[in-house]
Amino acid sequence: MAASTDTTAGKTGFRAWLNKRLPVDEFVDSQLIGYFAPKNFNLWYFFGSLALLVFVIQILSGIFLTMHYKPSEAMAFDSVEYIMREVEWGWLIRYLHSTGASFFFIVVYLHMFRALMYGSYRAPRELLWILGMLLYLALMAEAFMGYVLPWGNMSYWGAQVIVNLFGTIPVIGPGIVEWIRGDYGIADSTLNRFFALHVIAVPFAIAFLILMHLVALRQTGSNNPDGIEIKAKTGADGKPLDGIPFHPYYTVKDIVGVGVFLLFFCGVIFFVPTFGGLFLEKPNFEPANALSTPEHIAPVWYFTAFYAMLRAVPDQQMGALLMLLAIVVLFFLPWLDRSPVKSIRYKGWISKLALALFVVAFVALSYLGLQPADGLYVILARIFTAVYFAFFILMPWYTSIETCKPAPERVSYHA
Amino acid sequence: MSDENATPDDADLSRRKFLTVATAATGAVGAAFTLVPFIASWKPSERARALGAPLEIDVSKLEPGQMITKSWRKQPIYVVRRTPESLAKLGGHDGNLKDPKSEASDQPAYAKNDMRSLKPEVLVLYAACTHLGCLPKQFFTVADPAMGADWPGGFFCPCHGSRFDLAGRVFNGSPASANLRVPPHKFESDTMLVIGVDATQGAA
Amino acid sequence: MRKSVVIAALGLALALTSSLGFAAGSGPHAAWMDWKPGNDVSNIASLQRGAANFMGYCAGCHSLKYNRYSRVAADLNIPEEQMEKLLLLPGTKKGDYMISPMQAVDGEAWFGKAPPDLSLITRSKGSDYVFQFLKTFYVDPKHPNGTNNLALPGTAMPHVLSALQGLQEAKFETVEKTVDGAKVSESHWQSFELASPGQLSAEEYDAFLRDTVNFLEYAGEPYKAKRQSLGVWVILFLLVFTGFAYLLKREYWKDVK
Repeated sequence: MAASTDTTAGKTGFRAWLNKRLPVDEFVDSQLIGYFAPKNFNLWYFFGSLALLVFVIQILSGIFLTMHYKPSEAMAFDSVEYIMREVEWGWLIRYLHSTGASFFFIVVYLHMFRALMYGSYRAPRELLWILGMLLYLALMAEAFMGYVLPWGNMSYWGAQVIVNLFGTIPVIGPGIVEWIRGDYGIADSTLNRFFALHVIAVPFAIAFLILMHLVALRQTGSNNPDGIEIKAKTGADGKPLDGIPFHPYYTVKDIVGVGVFLLFFCGVIFFVPTFGGLFLEKPNFEPANALSTPEHIAPVWYFTAFYAMLRAVPDQQMGALLMLLAIVVLFFLPWLDRSPVKSIRYKGWISKLALALFVVAFVALSYLGLQPADGLYVILARIFTAVYFAFFILMPWYTSIETCKPAPERVSYHA
Repeated sequence: MSDENATPDDADLSRRKFLTVATAATGAVGAAFTLVPFIASWKPSERARALGAPLEIDVSKLEPGQMITKSWRKQPIYVVRRTPESLAKLGGHDGNLKDPKSEASDQPAYAKNDMRSLKPEVLVLYAACTHLGCLPKQFFTVADPAMGADWPGGFFCPCHGSRFDLAGRVFNGSPASANLRVPPHKFESDTMLVIGVDATQGAA
Repeated sequence: MRKSVVIAALGLALALTSSLGFAAGSGPHAAWMDWKPGNDVSNIASLQRGAANFMGYCAGCHSLKYNRYSRVAADLNIPEEQMEKLLLLPGTKKGDYMISPMQAVDGEAWFGKAPPDLSLITRSKGSDYVFQFLKTFYVDPKHPNGTNNLALPGTAMPHVLSALQGLQEAKFETVEKTVDGAKVSESHWQSFELASPGQLSAEEYDAFLRDTVNFLEYAGEPYKAKRQSLGVWVILFLLVFTGFAYLLKREYWKDVK
């Protein structure tokens, strides 16, 4: 570590005054300059910092939306249109938030795929992975409750379907559903409590989990595309030979990532904010109507893979259970992978094929979840559900029998 | 950093400094522009502005000596139709007033006269006491027993006891130091009073 | 190798999902489903004509409950004196929402269904749908109104624009199909034939609808034109920012060997 213990030495004026009271420079020295990251990060390593950026965008735009939004059955829909039309720049703030929700999942899915590819969940990063999974769960809860707030017809029926999932719990199910809703149907009380959770409770949980995720990352250090530990090879100064200080090297690199990300993000906000009905669905421009279900009812695109699994099973309880398992199984990933190497670069062809099939299955299920549940679609959903689970269930087997290439001693990097 | 890595020379360092400043400056400009929509979203919305549109009042419906209270842009407005007798009394107590000519008070130019109004008989006032914003009560009766024998008729603020005459001018001895404010207004016809627009400026 | 795996996986997923799109369409695809208005919300003249069309033919029954007269006038460059003539319904003020004078209960009594509010119709159904709906009324004596509609079969709305479009008759073809072992006959739309001409030619009627749909699209998202023109500047700005950031990154990363 480059940081000396007395960070106020040689400093004068405000900086010295401040650092005597708050260890600003010490924090920067130890956490940014003194944090050594592998130098061979590729494109896939942008999405962690981008997820943090989207979180900030969501908090900022969300705070301003709550200033104009009314969480009541009678006024919610109107207040969203009020924001879109009558609040100065309200349309931009709302599109930032609605587009941010979808981009949060895009970024997080790519971030998770990166972990799958390079084995970032493997020891000693199991807890880092689990904290990330908890973040994903919290994000799902946040997104679901946020989706109910505009009180469009999809909001209403989405809430109806998802809340009813809890009804599949044996014995106590129906009681729980009623308790969640606070009424005999999705009602004012449901909307109001979802609002409270969406703007206060879950964001706090997410912020805390992000902090823990980062602390865990600092403890183990980052993985890299070669899946080897840079701490294993240190120079005479005790610093990793393949590491470079996070600041300035990765701060300047991440800023480029931010720029490119914002180009895509603003491209959607300003030119295709509904994204062809994927980010903002057409039926949600009709107010909630308890007497009319939209023709095709489907969750927003980021949930449709799990929704397709739910519908693939001809039994309500088993479907809900399977959907739950699809997420739970991800938690066990660190212990399912038995490969001698972490990165897909050095794993055998079975792992490569398995990961490819897994991605195909996830994308296909996401697509199928948006389609009507009939005929060919259900059969395909069953096949891809099987592929999805096979990736995990067979992992201990195929990762231990395949022939892997030996991982290199040093990371592969070409300037 | 490991010793395998190169250290930059002077030319690189100055280029680095320039690019750091350029990126930071562009980013700062971007951040400033990003702030605009968020700050502007606090301005009165289209709805607030529509609800704050000028208010039309038919003063022919008011009897002499009668007052009505209206709300314009969330502020109470008094409209008084003064009687010829009370108008005649207005000039009689200038010596007891803090600002008889309304020099230090807030009113449109067309109301900066002895009657503090466009038409002598129609008085339009913001009903907020210039002291701390309470609503002054109407005490229009001359020599009202509660106000004393020399009371010419006017307003009394119950919060801190400020007294105003029937032109909204503040009496000596009141905690308020300025006359009651006059909102922008005009007459669209002989009897149609419009509050919130001036004949000169258009919508306020 | 690893890149090709990723690309192959994504390619396969894409190919699969797009081929599925063809596998299951809902019902036969008819030519009218491709009719598009070809409108442009940045065309102010078209929006002005559309606003006049709306006030003349639609506003009697349909509201735009989220739009204000004053805002429409400002956005469409309609001067204040003209606005009262062009837009304002009797008894309304310029800051009012554009609420139809027809009461919902009356609408329900007269048509069997209250005429819907149209301020979000292009967002919930799309501009193409509105265009197709207004273009595909046809004579159908079985229906109480005497007309029916392809885009919304059995619609309660009478063909209000028949004086402009005229009345058209639809030619259907009966197709025998076997579904789940049972014989079903479906009637597929073939073409329209003008039975009695209206005041406008087919091209003029299309132009009339283009303006009207354009105005409704504007009403659904009044800031749309502004959003797009601002977006160009935002993108240009971000390109400059990203350019500087990239050069900065490249400069620093010269150190890393």
